[in-house]
Amino acid sequence: MASTIRVRATSNGDITEVQALVQHPMDSGFVKDAKGEIIPPHFIQQLTFEYDGKAVFVADWGAAVSKDPYVKFSFKGAKKGDDLKIGWVDNKGATDTTTAKIQ
Amino acid sequence: MITANGFPATRRPVSRRKVLQGAALVASFGLGGLPFGTAPALAAANDKYPEDAFKQKRDADAVKALYGRGAEASDKVKLDAPEIAENGAVVPVSVSTTLDNVTSIAFLVSENPNALAAHYQIPAGTLPSVANRLKMAKTCNVIAIVESGGKLYSATKEVKVTVGGCGG
Repeated sequence: MASTIRVRATSNGDITEVQALVQHPMDSGFVKDAKGEIIPPHFIQQLTFEYDGKAVFVADWGAAVSKDPYVKFSFKGAKKGDDLKIGWVDNKGATDTTTAKIQ
Repeated sequence: MITANGFPATRRPVSRRKVLQGAALVASFGLGGLPFGTAPALAAANDKYPEDAFKQKRDADAVKALYGRGAEASDKVKLDAPEIAENGAVVPVSVSTTLDNVTSIAFLVSENPNALAAHYQIPAGTLPSVANRLKMAKTCNVIAIVESGGKLYSATKEVKVTVGGCGG
């Protein structure tokens, strides 16, 4: 579990509720460190959830999303045991992906 | 059929173009057979990141840059945010709506250095309901925009911030 992404996807048969928590500093570029130097912006720009090869939810984020961002949404059409793919890319080009089983 | 196209063992001489077409066909079939590759999908999605809208300082400008028009207030958009946020760095905000054909939802914080905080693309089959956590520099309005059937609807709520989000 070295992934930065933690996902919980639960299906009630019809609707799948997805909660995701990503570890990321989400530096806005407006904050100064202890020496008074500005911490450069470093934040996730896009977080994508894919089910069955199609995007079911795409988050475009600015620097105003809180550190270690959390998001919750729901979608229809998935079954228990199916895979949900999650990936993010930040403003420095770093990425991470993971796959979660729908419970 | 592919081999017949690419390398016709018939009377007609093989033109260079035909061979290339055949090769292209094989290539595209080969890729199509793979399970969905994340890397190309994510790269393609990233092209649509609304960079310009996130750079706008004022909320009205950000909405214009994002959608090209303004939004009208609607009581069908339900914005849930705290009355008072003790910590501006983590303000839980959620929105849901009874509107149909929702294609996107956006969150704006009017007094932040850049007003647009988050924009969510809602494909068909995904419910128009999103919860997330935002940073707020000071007491101001949180605005939720819902795009439904090509029109924009908004809900606004003032959140009092006792400690600004700029410090953390």
